[in-house]
Amino acid sequence: MRGILHIAYKLLVNDRAKYAALLVGITFAVFLMIEMTSLFAGILLRASATVINVGASIWVMDPAIQTVANSIPLPDYVLDEVRSIPGVKYAVPLYSGSALLKLRDGTYQAANVIGLDDTSLFGRPMLLSGAIEDIYGENAFIAIKDSEFYKLGNAKIGTEFELNDHRGVLVGIAHVVSSGLFGVPTLYTTYNRARQYLPNPRFTISYLLVEPKSPADVASIKQQVQKAGYLALTKDEFTQKISDFYMYHTGIGTNMLIMTVISFIIGLSISGQTFYTFVLENIEKFGALKAIGAKGRELIYMILFQASFVALTGYGIGVGLCTLIIWLARLNLPDYAAIITYGNLSTAFIMVVLIAAISSYFGVRKVLKIEPFDIFRG
Amino acid sequence: MADIAIEAAGLNKWFGEGEAKTHAVKDVSFEAHLGEMLYVVGPSGSGKTTMLSMISGILRPNGGTVKIEGTDIWSMSNDALADFRLHKIGFVFQDYHLFPRLTTAENVAIPLILQRRDWDDALKEAAADLEIVGLKDRAQLPPVKLSGGEQQRVAIARAIVSRPDILILDEPTASLDGETGRNIVKFVREHILSDHRCIVIVTHDSRIYEFADRIVKMEDGKMAGVEKGTLDAQ
Repeated sequence: MRGILHIAYKLLVNDRAKYAALLVGITFAVFLMIEMTSLFAGILLRASATVINVGASIWVMDPAIQTVANSIPLPDYVLDEVRSIPGVKYAVPLYSGSALLKLRDGTYQAANVIGLDDTSLFGRPMLLSGAIEDIYGENAFIAIKDSEFYKLGNAKIGTEFELNDHRGVLVGIAHVVSSGLFGVPTLYTTYNRARQYLPNPRFTISYLLVEPKSPADVASIKQQVQKAGYLALTKDEFTQKISDFYMYHTGIGTNMLIMTVISFIIGLSISGQTFYTFVLENIEKFGALKAIGAKGRELIYMILFQASFVALTGYGIGVGLCTLIIWLARLNLPDYAAIITYGNLSTAFIMVVLIAAISSYFGVRKVLKIEPFDIFRG
Repeated sequence: MADIAIEAAGLNKWFGEGEAKTHAVKDVSFEAHLGEMLYVVGPSGSGKTTMLSMISGILRPNGGTVKIEGTDIWSMSNDALADFRLHKIGFVFQDYHLFPRLTTAENVAIPLILQRRDWDDALKEAAADLEIVGLKDRAQLPPVKLSGGEQQRVAIARAIVSRPDILILDEPTASLDGETGRNIVKFVREHILSDHRCIVIVTHDSRIYEFADRIVKMEDGKMAGVEKGTLDAQ
C-alpha cells in the first residue's frame, strides 16, 4: 500500500501548479477560519477577564446580569444570607465598577476599579512591585500592568491621580491573567474604599464571591441562592454566560460565524475545483491503472491520500501563518485581542477535513466510474 | 502445438437496449497459444477492441467464455480478476497512458508497485527492463521528454515488468511513423515474444502484418477468418 500512496504523493506534488493552487486554497481558508475564531476567542476571554482574574469558585449575582462588566448591585443582607448557607466555606463581597481618573498631566482616563474584600483581599492580583499590605494605606490603589497600563501615563509606585475628587496613589503594580475587553486600565483597591470613592446607588455589592466547603456543596449552594431570588454560577458557568451573551446577543458571534462559513466556502471552492480538475486530468491514467490491475479501493486510497495530504499540509501552513500574524500584530499592537485555542484549531481542522472529504468525493466518484474499456476505446 | 494461452468461445457483446442496441461482437471463438504472436485486424467498428477487452478481462461479455491458461476469467470476482490481470496480462495502450509526473522508471515499476513490491526493488527491476527496451539512460526522465517511439518502448517495458504470460498491444503503431512502428513490433517479436508468452496485437496497420504468426480478421463483430501471418507481405 505504501508504494501506491508513494505514487499518489508523486502525482500530486510533481504537478506543482495544481499543488500550489490547492495549498493556497486550503492555507487561505485555514488562515481566515483560525484568525476569525481567534479574534472571537480573544474578545470572549477579555470579556470574562474579571471572572478569570479574580478566580472565585462561585459568583452570586442578580439573575438579570448578562456580563461581568454590567453588575447589578446586591443588598448587603444577601451577603449574610449566603454566608449562612450550609456548605459555604466563606463568602466575600466584590466591587466592580468604572471611574474617570484625572491624571497628573490633567488628562482624563477611564478605568475599571475592582474593590476587594477588606479582610481577605480575596481575588488579589499577583504583585510585580510593592507590598499587598500597602493597599490598606491612605488612598491606596494597585494598577494592573497589562496592555492598557501605559494609558495611566508612565505610572509607577507613588504616582498620584484624582478619582471622583478623591486623591489616589499607586502603591503597587500587579499582573493578571487577562486584560479587559474595553481598552481601559484596571485598578484594584479595597471594597470599602471603592464604595467610598465612587458614586454609588443604594446597594454596593457587585458580586458575592463564594468558596464551597467541597465541590459536592456547589449544587446545594446554587439551589439555596436561587431560593433567595439570586443566581449562583461557577466560574466556568459565568464565563460561559458571558460568552453566550456576546455570541448570541451582540451580533459578534453571527458575524464571526458568517466569516468562518465564507472562509470555508472559499477554501472549498478553490481546493475542490482544483482537486477535481487534477483528478479529471489524470482520469485516463487512473483508467489505465484499473486495466493493469489496480482495484477500485486502491484508487480511492490514492485520491483520499492526496486530498488528506494537501489538506493537512495546508492546515499546518495556515496555522503557522496565523500564529505568525498574531505574533507580529502583538509586537505592534499590545491590545490585539486574538487567542488561538484548541477549539479554534479543532474547528478549522474539522472544516479542512470536510473540504478534503467533499473535494475527494467528486474525484472518487469520477474515478470509480471510469471503465478500463474506455481506455481501449479511446 | 504449444499450450493454449487464450481460449475464447462463443463471445457475444452488445451495448444499449431496444432500438439503440448494438451487437458489437457476435459468436467469436478462437484460440491463441503460448509462443504465438496473434493479430486481430479489421476496419474501425468491426469489434476488435471490444473483443480484445473481453479476452483481457476488462469488459464482461454478454455471452461466451474466456479461458486464460485454463482459467475461466469471467467466473472470478472483480478483485480476483484485477489480481489476475496484474499478474498474468500486460497491456500496451494505444496512447501509452504514461504518467507525465512520474519518471520513466517509476512508470515502468507501476505493475510491481501494485503487486505490493518494495519501492526500491520495483525501481531496480524497472531499470533492468528499461535496459531491455534500450532506454536505460532515460530512466530518470519524465515520459514527456521522450519521443513517441521511446514512449512506446516505455509502455512495453511497463507491460512486461511483471513477467506476464499474455501481452496485449492495442494499435501499437497508431501514433508512430511507419519506420518507427515497424521497428517497435519487430523489437517485440524478437525480444519480448517467448515460448512462455502469447502476444495479441490489435491493429489495422498492414505494414506490420509480416510479424504475425496468425491473423484473426473481424468484420461487423464477426470473425471473418483466421489466416497465417505475413498476409499482405506475400
